[in-house]
Amino acid sequence: MKPENEAELAQMVANANAALQVVGGGSRRIGLPQDCDHLNTSLLSGITLYEPGALTLVAQAGTSVSEIEKALESEGQRLAFEPADHRALMQTKGMPTIGGIVATNTSGPRRISVGACRDFLLGVRFVDGMGRVLKNGGRVMKNVTGYDLVKLMAGSYGTLGVLSEVSLKVLPIAERAATVTIAGLTDVQAVRVMSAALGSPYDVTGAAHSQVGDSAQALTMLRLEGFEGSVTYRAQKLRELLAPFGSLDIVTDDTKVQAMWRRVRDVEGFAAKTGNVWKISVKPSDAPELVARLGADEVMYDWGGGLIWALAPTEIDLRAVMAGTAGHATLVRGEGFAKFHPEPAAVAALSAGIRQKFDPRGFLNPGLMG
Amino acid sequence: MQMPIPNPSVLANKHRIVRRLSAVLPKGSVLDDLMETRAYECDALTAYRCAPLAVVLPASTKEVAAVLRICFEEGVPVIPRGSGTSLAGGALPTADSVVLGVAKMNDVIEVDYENRFIRVQSGRTNLSVSGAVEADGFFYAPDPSSQLACAIAGNIAMNSGGAHCLKYGVTTNNLLGVTMVMMDGEIVEFGGAHLDAGGLDLLGIICGSEGQLGVVTEATLRILRKPEGARPVLIGFDDNEVAGACVSEIIKAGVLPVAIEFMDRPCIRATEAFAGAGYPDCEALLIIEVEGSPQEIDAQLARITEIARAHNPVELRESKSDEESARIWLGRKSAFGAMGQINDYMCLDGTIPVSQLPLVLRRISEMSAEYGLDVGNVFHAGDGNMHPLILFDANKPGDLEKCEAFGADILRLCVEVGGCLTGEHGVGIEKRDLMIDQYAPDDLNIQMAVKDVFDPKWLLNPAKVFPLASSETRRSV
Repeated sequence: MKPENEAELAQMVANANAALQVVGGGSRRIGLPQDCDHLNTSLLSGITLYEPGALTLVAQAGTSVSEIEKALESEGQRLAFEPADHRALMQTKGMPTIGGIVATNTSGPRRISVGACRDFLLGVRFVDGMGRVLKNGGRVMKNVTGYDLVKLMAGSYGTLGVLSEVSLKVLPIAERAATVTIAGLTDVQAVRVMSAALGSPYDVTGAAHSQVGDSAQALTMLRLEGFEGSVTYRAQKLRELLAPFGSLDIVTDDTKVQAMWRRVRDVEGFAAKTGNVWKISVKPSDAPELVARLGADEVMYDWGGGLIWALAPTEIDLRAVMAGTAGHATLVRGEGFAKFHPEPAAVAALSAGIRQKFDPRGFLNPGLMG
Repeated sequence: MQMPIPNPSVLANKHRIVRRLSAVLPKGSVLDDLMETRAYECDALTAYRCAPLAVVLPASTKEVAAVLRICFEEGVPVIPRGSGTSLAGGALPTADSVVLGVAKMNDVIEVDYENRFIRVQSGRTNLSVSGAVEADGFFYAPDPSSQLACAIAGNIAMNSGGAHCLKYGVTTNNLLGVTMVMMDGEIVEFGGAHLDAGGLDLLGIICGSEGQLGVVTEATLRILRKPEGARPVLIGFDDNEVAGACVSEIIKAGVLPVAIEFMDRPCIRATEAFAGAGYPDCEALLIIEVEGSPQEIDAQLARITEIARAHNPVELRESKSDEESARIWLGRKSAFGAMGQINDYMCLDGTIPVSQLPLVLRRISEMSAEYGLDVGNVFHAGDGNMHPLILFDANKPGDLEKCEAFGADILRLCVEVGGCLTGEHGVGIEKRDLMIDQYAPDDLNIQMAVKDVFDPKWLLNPAKVFPLASSETRRSV
């Protein structure tokens, strides 16, 4: 089913008599692959409003991310939360849509500094499991009128409703970007370096640590963005601050800087390798110790260590290893385990209660989130 | 302001309820004498007040749980209260309710610079959260004007903002986790020191739920390193529209100031008379603040002033020192006090798309003439959050009602131009009945359905946020 507008979408959901798998561009495999009708939102497309001077953009959910990024770029702006393109990682085709980004609350390396997709989401329109057209939030940056269902819809993976329109806060593209790198740190040292940098006044907008290429040499990367003079100044300051940890290199070539962070954002290093891909969110200082006992084939740290991307043999349940460490693990690629981390009973009961209110018939991506 | 009729059986059982509450709390933590409960009859929306059944002041999460369990069993409505600074009546009691104040719970539980968070009890004041980490160069970003007094509990309930949220976001963008006690006394953890939800983002919906889903007793908050410095520039214009265009161009130019404040002529005149900050007598005044090292500040201010000069400002004053910065901020910070000197005032909080500023200011001034009430506008211009201050005389019969009607018209206008009723103060009772102007019945129903899940008996702050007629069937279950 491919509705062409919101009213048609609402009617299709209202008339449904069995479960639906909600699909945007199909690049993220949001719904579980199962034997049910697909509800594809890709025809709900187009930017409905863009006011660069107000930093706001409203688009229909099926609008491709590339169309949005192109429109923003022409005004020197961007989606600051840095949505990832996971097609290579997921071995999927299709066009990532803004609805898919919002439904999965996908954020890239800049999340550590400016916030997640959900923090930039100002308003939503969606069709709930009964086919009712609902709205929450709006197009203004400050809005506390009623409950914030906007946050709830971000990352709900289509289980509460099918997004039809989203409105987002956008930000200017920085004039310059540079990456400060340190090679050869252990994981423990790397997290310390990233914490020191993120805890400095120098506005670090990315902090990642990974293996590079075949040399398997560790590389810790810190990103600085802003006006040219400011980036140069802060790079120098970071060099002074982090001198005790080793010698720093500064990459200023724009193409190289972009490529480095795209590699982190899209988890490019895992794309061609086999195994399950897990995304683990923990307190940064807990990360190295957790990684040491994970039994993963390869890991990459983002968000200053708070996000661990792990490539692991298909038979290993990383969650069992995580027991005792606060946080959660999502199975991004692979089968054999639940996609989402089991929640404490009280939280799970509330989530189930909410799901029941939004989708009483249990038709929207059933079984995906619990 | 209409409030529900108190439950007669709760009123009749007052002695038993107070006795049961007293049995689970330390001596002096339950107040039920009219003299003692007086301070809790209202919050900062002082036009409405009501003596509660009792006030409880628990000192721990466990005590909060014990109180809620009793109230749940007795069917007593509970009004959670932080510091009582709500301008929307969020903490207004009813006669059959127990006010649960968290003021005694103000400890810092954990400070973690490596992972950049602080965990506090929710009664701690906003400013003292920053105070706890200030010596080490850190701060907590949301900065509501009432930050000296307001509690983190209330900040979370209302999703409070402040002058600097253009860069740092509001409470929900800086909240990592909470310990919350459910109405039936169950203690539940949401989020923590890690980022993002592992499932549905329940923390996202708890923040801003106005004390209707549970009582937050502890919070994990993101802390940030203080910038090296900050300095404002003051720019005066003889036209609102030009000031608005200037703001829009600065934002488009890629400069992201931490604050862009706007004051209109009535407000400038009032603050000038009151504080003497040396503001020019003009139609619109902008205060734009940027952060960074001295060189970074210079570079940003240079870009801003270049744009501003192209709009023919009547005055442009770049701060060169802390002293000059303080002077520039002085008038803005005393704006509310200055208006309060002239008369009683009501402070509104609607948000509009920034592009609608000239239209909205023009309509407000027309309505001001129609109602015969003066109004001054202070405004977070970067994010469209307006604060019209309507002057009225509380002692003059009918003036409050007239002021409220004027306020409601302004808020309806905000919605009409694509904005919303409240940007950072919350709905409370003040904007409750206007919710139908912003939301269709189904939109309100789905919000109320969330409350059904968290608080099936509708005992937590039940007469707030939703129009009484919309919530009636739920409240009378």
